Amino acid sequence: MKWLSDQVLDRLQATLQLPDLSGTRYRAVRYLARGGMGTVWLAEDTVLRRRVALKILDAANDSGELASRLLREARILARLEHPGIVPVHDAGTLADGRAFYCMKYVEGQRLDHAVRNIHSLQERLRLLERIAEPLAFAHSKGILHRDLKPENIMIGPFGEVLVMDWGVAKVKDGGQTDPVIATSQTTGEGSEPGPERDRMLDRPATSTASSVNLPETEHGRIFGTPGYMSPEQTRGDPVDERTDVFSVGAILNFMLSATTTEEAGSLPQVARPRPVPRPLQAIGAKATAPDRALRYASIADLTADLARYLEGLPVTAYRESLFERAGRVLARHRVAIVLVAAYLLMRLLLILFSRR
Amino acid sequence: MAAYWKPVYKYIRRRWGVTTEDAQDLTQEFFARLLEKDFLDAYDPDKGRLRTFLRTCVDRLYWNQSRDAQRLKRSGGSAPLPLDFEEAERELTRVAAPESIEDYFEKEWVRSLFSLALQRLRRQCESGGKAIHFALFERYDLAEEDASKPSYAQLAGEFGLPITDVTNYLAFARREFRRSVLDQLREMTANEEEFRREAQTLLGADSR
Repeated sequence: MKWLSDQVLDRLQATLQLPDLSGTRYRAVRYLARGGMGTVWLAEDTVLRRRVALKILDAANDSGELASRLLREARILARLEHPGIVPVHDAGTLADGRAFYCMKYVEGQRLDHAVRNIHSLQERLRLLERIAEPLAFAHSKGILHRDLKPENIMIGPFGEVLVMDWGVAKVKDGGQTDPVIATSQTTGEGSEPGPERDRMLDRPATSTASSVNLPETEHGRIFGTPGYMSPEQTRGDPVDERTDVFSVGAILNFMLSATTTEEAGSLPQVARPRPVPRPLQAIGAKATAPDRALRYASIADLTADLARYLEGLPVTAYRESLFERAGRVLARHRVAIVLVAAYLLMRLLLILFSRR
Repeated sequence: MAAYWKPVYKYIRRRWGVTTEDAQDLTQEFFARLLEKDFLDAYDPDKGRLRTFLRTCVDRLYWNQSRDAQRLKRSGGSAPLPLDFEEAERELTRVAAPESIEDYFEKEWVRSLFSLALQRLRRQCESGGKAIHFALFERYDLAEEDASKPSYAQLAGEFGLPITDVTNYLAFARREFRRSVLDQLREMTANEEEFRREAQTLLGADSR
């Protein structure tokens, strides 16, 4: 066999990396991202003439375990028809034996990048509410995400929110939390940052879809991302909705503290931590309580507290002092109070002038 | 061993700058020990790649040998392994001195892996009556320079095939080459986890 020069090596490696889409309706456009089991490619659906994202396993899997996991993820996505969850179009096996599935190609920015351009606290909180919507929906379908983090949330060009990477999601069995596994994914695995825009961040599967009679996730493997993964998930204990509540709380804390582009660009001595109102600190702390019994029972409870804060109402996570309550009431009814005060002042002035 | 001996030999030559004779002796000694003793028992796939472990073992052997003797000599006792050092030496001169010895070893490992996978592919094509598939692959994908690569139309004329056949045969050869690389990789890795990690690095577009 002839000696392989560096140039030939590079070309062969590039050839190997290209998915073999012969016999399919797709044409590879370019590589997008890497996941735990495979890569995500931007492709063109030649029949419908639209861009799609293909998640493809690295290698044909002899045992079929990885292929089953990928299919499980696709089926979970197929069950979750929601504007905040990327829709899956197709699944199958390529000519080279690698399993794949096809999903909507999502353009946009990851939350960890997008948040830098959101200056207002209110805007950030409203964004978090929109992030919570698809999660609450998934919970209503008995599915836990288990790997929520800013890198797995995409903000589209029109402000739409998409929760990505359901690869380690878990389907609760008959309403009961499956006693196996905790979750996820190494931090490095699929979260390597790529270009901020035009990225598809969905990643590999590990979830269990008992209703479709698929094999379990590997027992004892801990998936997830440190900092965003609940303590019970880290320990490998059974998990329920509150594991996602923890992650949303961690995302809230991240969003509250994330600096804007301008702040990040300022000198260190000028840039100060963003002041976070105490009720919001309390909401973040309650959502991320190490003991899940002390957390919000559901995503809906967490977002209800956020909504109360946004409306100037007292939140359940924080017991305010009389002074704070007065301040909040004043702030909430500022316009009415100003109007009444102005009215009273005018009346007073009228009375004073009429007596002269 | 077929996949590792050349990278190891070239690594010794580059890393330690020893003579060809000493490098050959050290390579023979290393693989003799590898085959005879429970060398690999100390390898823990969770702590790193097999080739990194082997490279560390080579370094350790070199240090021990250098300490024990002025000249690196085989300890003897076993017949020398049939390794084509002349070929390895010729290949050594074709690659410029590397900036990083670790990257060099990695590159040589990939070169060795691909060479073995290509041999495997050729055997498979020849035995399966698909020699023309491999010949096309060799002419197109293994062409030394991009400029010297023939077009599909030229290949069609050269091999007396319709262009569609050239396209299909090349797609087949590439698909089978990929399979051969993965089969070879599986043999060169210690367990499924390491195989997956290596496959990700090698095939997973990580380098882009």
